[in-house]
Amino acid sequence: MIRCEHLTYVYGRGTPFEATALTDVSLAISTGEVVGIIGATGSGKSTLVQHFNGLLRPTSGRVLLDDVDIHGPRVDRRRIRQQIGLLFQDPEQQLFEETVVADVAFGPRNLGLSDEDARARARRALELVGLPPDRFGPRSPFELSGGEMRRAAIAGVLAMEPRMLILDEPAAGLDPQGRRDILEHVRRLHRDGALTIVLITHSMDAIAQLCERLLVLDRGRLVADGPTRAVFADLSRLTALGLGLPQVTLLARRLVERGLPVRRDVLTIEEARVAILEALAVRGRGVL
Amino acid sequence: MRAAPSTVPPLITVRDVHFVYPAGGGEATPALAGLDLDIAPGECLAIIGGNGSGKSTLAKHLNALLLPTAGEVRVDGIDTRDPDGAWLARQRVGMVFEHPDNQIVAAIVEEDVAFGCENLGLPSAEIRARVDRALQVVGLEQLRRHPPHQLSGGQKQRVAIAGVLAMHPRCLVLDEATSMLDPLGQQEVMEIAFRLCRDERLALVLITHAMEEAARADRVVVLAQGRIALQGSPAEVFAREDELRRLRLEPPELVRLGRALARDGVAVPPGALTIDPLVEALIAGP
Repeated sequence: MIRCEHLTYVYGRGTPFEATALTDVSLAISTGEVVGIIGATGSGKSTLVQHFNGLLRPTSGRVLLDDVDIHGPRVDRRRIRQQIGLLFQDPEQQLFEETVVADVAFGPRNLGLSDEDARARARRALELVGLPPDRFGPRSPFELSGGEMRRAAIAGVLAMEPRMLILDEPAAGLDPQGRRDILEHVRRLHRDGALTIVLITHSMDAIAQLCERLLVLDRGRLVADGPTRAVFADLSRLTALGLGLPQVTLLARRLVERGLPVRRDVLTIEEARVAILEALAVRGRGVL
Repeated sequence: MRAAPSTVPPLITVRDVHFVYPAGGGEATPALAGLDLDIAPGECLAIIGGNGSGKSTLAKHLNALLLPTAGEVRVDGIDTRDPDGAWLARQRVGMVFEHPDNQIVAAIVEEDVAFGCENLGLPSAEIRARVDRALQVVGLEQLRRHPPHQLSGGQKQRVAIAGVLAMHPRCLVLDEATSMLDPLGQQEVMEIAFRLCRDERLALVLITHAMEEAARADRVVVLAQGRIALQGSPAEVFAREDELRRLRLEPPELVRLGRALARDGVAVPPGALTIDPLVEALIAGP
């Protein structure tokens, strides 16, 4: 669906602040994938995804949507922004309408939809993020809790009916319940809506729960791209990049170092439980 | 439940504190509703709670950034509403907040660290010595002449901690100070904070949504609707999973894993809350 070919991006070209944010990044994301992007602060994660919907234009290289260069002639960039929905960090700061439903309907109305159609879309989108429109629609966005505001902002992007949803730290600053709710809704959007998801986060546990594939950026270069399990298996490399591992993966590693033969590529609590029980059973037999 | 040792007077006492944010109309809901809390010198206290439970409001009372609507807060015995109380509280209790960029005031790291001290009117040799020592404690001597904006998020938070340390406080409050950082930055900041608490007897108050950080504290206080809903050692608090879930929280991942293994008959002691004791328990197991 999205393909970057030798994408390089230089900020502030020709000024004293010139800095290369992305260097020769090539990747492809297919319809229906859930892809995580990790990297230390300043590694270029946000700069990369702003190329996916044409907010930034490559200094060199190309970005293609369905094999068409998005900066080519006769390409409708507005349509691209509608198809590739991007939610920045702390999106609740961008809520501004008097009611939640008006806020969510703002995007579709801007697309030229009638008031009625825009509101219908807004109601559907609110339903998708678990904010029943009859209850939440008439409220002021500012009466919502932190987690509800975050979900209302996601609904604002969903109301555009995008094919891809890009989320930049969607769970930051939320309490554990708020985090669980957001991640569960993202999972459901992917499963039920066949939406392609790109997730930027520092939370390795969120990545482990959600993403099938992981991209790792380091100072503007794509240094790893593969199945989440395989990328997390390369521990020494992640640590050198200032990144971490999910807690349970780290535990499995430590147990292996101490001689307990646990599978090292566990990602969730349940996988770790099974792997540890298996390893303890093996050790038990060894003792007998 | 673990209480502060009775022989040592508390460093901070919070007594029946109520706080209502001034409303722009409509009726205002209280952010704190009759909260009592003692903080002992040198203890490490984690404060957790759902969004809107009053955590940050409480934190801002500890150094007089906010004053109670009713009730009282005393730091070293001085009421924060006394004429000199706020000034004293801010020397004794230093805060570091969530956004690294909002706390930097100077163009060079060491000037930023000196900023608070300069306001104390200390002689310049004394300021120099304090800044040197603070930068050494947070491991940033090498970057003393750098502009702060060139530093990583974790380094900026360490500059903020150094600025607090140079004031010679007795308590450091970290209000979600690691939530914007990448994993390495989070680790840098937490290791320094725990070390200061252990080695320098600096009381540490961690306000956090990261349950695995709270698991490393001596004591955990859970807030809900501006009151303490639950408190005790991390082992006591994180054993109450159902109550925590009702309060929008949950035990850390490794605690949940340990409990699942215990249900399967593996010998995991309830005190194995973090990775080290859990590894030891599983390696030592039958």
